[in-house]
Amino acid sequence: MKLALRELVRRPGRFATATVILTLIAVLLMFLGGLLDGLIRESTGAIRAQSGDLIVYSDTAQASFLRSRIEPDTRATVDAVDGVERTGGIGVVQLGARVPGNGPRDLASVALFGYEIAPDGVPDVPADGQAWADDILKADGVEVGDELLLGPARSPVTVAGFVSDTPYNSQGSLWASPATWRTVLTANRPDAQLADDVFQSLIVEVAPGADVGDVATAIDAATGDTETFTIDDAINAIPGVEEQQGTFNQIIGVTVVIGLVVIALFFALLTVERTGLYGVLKALGARSGTIFAGVVAQAVAVTLVAAVVAGGLALLLDAVIPPGSIPLLVTPTRIVTSTVLLLVAAIVGCAFSLRRVLRVDPASAIGSGS
Amino acid sequence: MSTSSSAPDTSAPALEMKAVRKVYRMGDADIIALDHASLTVQHDEIVALVGPSGSGKTTLCSIAGGILGATEGRVVVAGDDITDYDAKQLTKFRQERVGFVFQSVNLVPFLTARENLLVVDELGRRTGAAARARADQLLEELGLADRRNNLPSQLSGGQRQRVAIGRALMNEPRLVLFDEPTSALDTQLGEQVMELIRNEMKSRGTAAIVVTHDERITHFCDRSVHIVDGHLDAA
Repeated sequence: MKLALRELVRRPGRFATATVILTLIAVLLMFLGGLLDGLIRESTGAIRAQSGDLIVYSDTAQASFLRSRIEPDTRATVDAVDGVERTGGIGVVQLGARVPGNGPRDLASVALFGYEIAPDGVPDVPADGQAWADDILKADGVEVGDELLLGPARSPVTVAGFVSDTPYNSQGSLWASPATWRTVLTANRPDAQLADDVFQSLIVEVAPGADVGDVATAIDAATGDTETFTIDDAINAIPGVEEQQGTFNQIIGVTVVIGLVVIALFFALLTVERTGLYGVLKALGARSGTIFAGVVAQAVAVTLVAAVVAGGLALLLDAVIPPGSIPLLVTPTRIVTSTVLLLVAAIVGCAFSLRRVLRVDPASAIGSGS
Repeated sequence: MSTSSSAPDTSAPALEMKAVRKVYRMGDADIIALDHASLTVQHDEIVALVGPSGSGKTTLCSIAGGILGATEGRVVVAGDDITDYDAKQLTKFRQERVGFVFQSVNLVPFLTARENLLVVDELGRRTGAAARARADQLLEELGLADRRNNLPSQLSGGQRQRVAIGRALMNEPRLVLFDEPTSALDTQLGEQVMELIRNEMKSRGTAAIVVTHDERITHFCDRSVHIVDGHLDAA
C-alpha cells in the first residue's frame, strides 16, 4: 500500500485524467443533490420549519392544506387527547402578489399563511394586515415596509420583516395572523372561505415524554375524521415531493454508476499496464492481496481528492448563485453523502481488477526481457 | 511450523534438485519442460546454466526460486524441502530465502535506488530500521552510496544492475538466481557486471545460478551446466 501511495505522489500525472473526470462526476453528483435539496426546501420549507411535532389534516385531504378543514369541535377533541400539550391552527392561500415598483403583470408568487404557533425562525404573530416575508421574495424586489396587494382582490398586506427557509411549493411564504389570512382567503377565494375558528390544519405540540406516534394514533382514533402526520411524514406527503426525490435519486444513481465504470475502466487499464511490475513484485514475495490493496488505496485516494475539489466547487457555486434564481442548497451532509457514494463506487470499481491481479503469474518476471 | 521460517542451514547445499520433472498441459498434449533434472549447487558455488531459448533453463530457475512447483521430483533450497509447499508457503519462501535478478532488471521506476532495496523488506519481514541500515550498507558496498536517492531513470545500465543485485541480497538469501544478467549490456559492461556478481557472491559466501546463453561469460562462474530440451548435462 505504501508503494501504491508513493506512486500517486511521485507520478501524479498518471492519475490526472481519472482525477479530473472523477472531479467532474463528483461536481455533477453534488450539484444534482444540491438541486434536489434546494427544490425540496423550496417545496417544504414552511412545513419543515414547524416547531410542533404533528400536523392534523382532515382524513380526506391527502395531506393537502387546501383540501383540509378542521372544525372547532374537532380541535377541541384533539386538545383533549392524552399527550397533546398545545394545538395551533394553520391555513394557507396561494396567490399572486403585486410588489410596489414592479410592473402590473410582474406578480410574485406567494403563499400566505395564517398561524397561531410560530414556526422555527418566525417571530410571533404580527398585527393584523402585516406579515413576515420569506427572504426568497427579495428576488422579486420585496422590501420591508412594502405593501403587497394579494390576488385579484388586491388585498393589502404590509411586510413587517424577513424570515428564512420557509418557502412553500417553491413560493415565498408570508406569515400573518389567522384574521389576516381569513380576510385574504375570503376576498380572493370565496369558494374556499372558512368560518371563524375553522382552520385548514392543526399543528400539535406533544407533551414531553409522550410518544409522538402513539399521540398521532390517539388523535385519529378520537376524532374519527382526521389523518395525523409527523412533520417528516407530512413533508413526504406533500404532492410531488416523493416524485421529485425519486426522479433525482435515479439520476444520482446513474451518475454514481458512471463514476463506478470510470474507476473500473481506469484501474483495469492501469492493472494491464502494470502486469510486468506486478509479476516482479510477486516474484519478490508480494501477495495478491497486498497488490490489490494498493490498487484500492490509489482509487480511494484519487476519489477523495476529486471529492474535496468537487465539494469546494459546489460550495462556491452555492455562494455565487443569487438567491431565488436556482433552487440550489449545498450542505455538508450532501457533500459527505456524495463522497461516500463515490468511495463505494471506487472500491466496487476496483473489484473488476481483482481477477486480473490474481492472475498475474510471478513466473512472468523470469525469462521476460520486456 | 513451516520449514521456511526455520534458521537456514549454512553448511547444506544451496540447492538440491533430484529427478525434477515439469510438464505443461497444452490442449491435449503434454509439453515436458524439464525432464528428470538433477542439480546440486554448493553453498558458495556460482553455476552458469547455459542453453538455447526454450531449453528449459527458465523453468529450472523458476522451480529453484519457488515460483513454479515441480510436477515430479524433489527440490531442497538451503535445507528447506519446498517440494510440497503451497502457494502461500512459496510466497513466504521467496520473501525470505532467495534473491532474484531479472533479465530487464525490472526496478520499480518511481522508487529511488534505496527504496527499491527496501521494497523487499516492505513485502516481507518489515524489519524497519534494520532493513534501512542493510540497504545503506549494501548500497555502500555496491558503490552506490551517492546514488541512493536517484530514480532508476537517473542511473546508468550498470548502476541499475547493481541496484538489482542489492535488491536480490536484501533478504540475505542463500541462493541468488540471475536471469540473463548481461543480455541487455555491451560486452565490456557485461564483463564488469559478471565480475561484480562474482565478487559480491564470493565475498558473502552466497550461491548463485546465472542463467545465460552467452558462453563468453561462463568463465566467471565456478562451473557450467548445459540444458537442452529439458535435459541437464554437467560440463
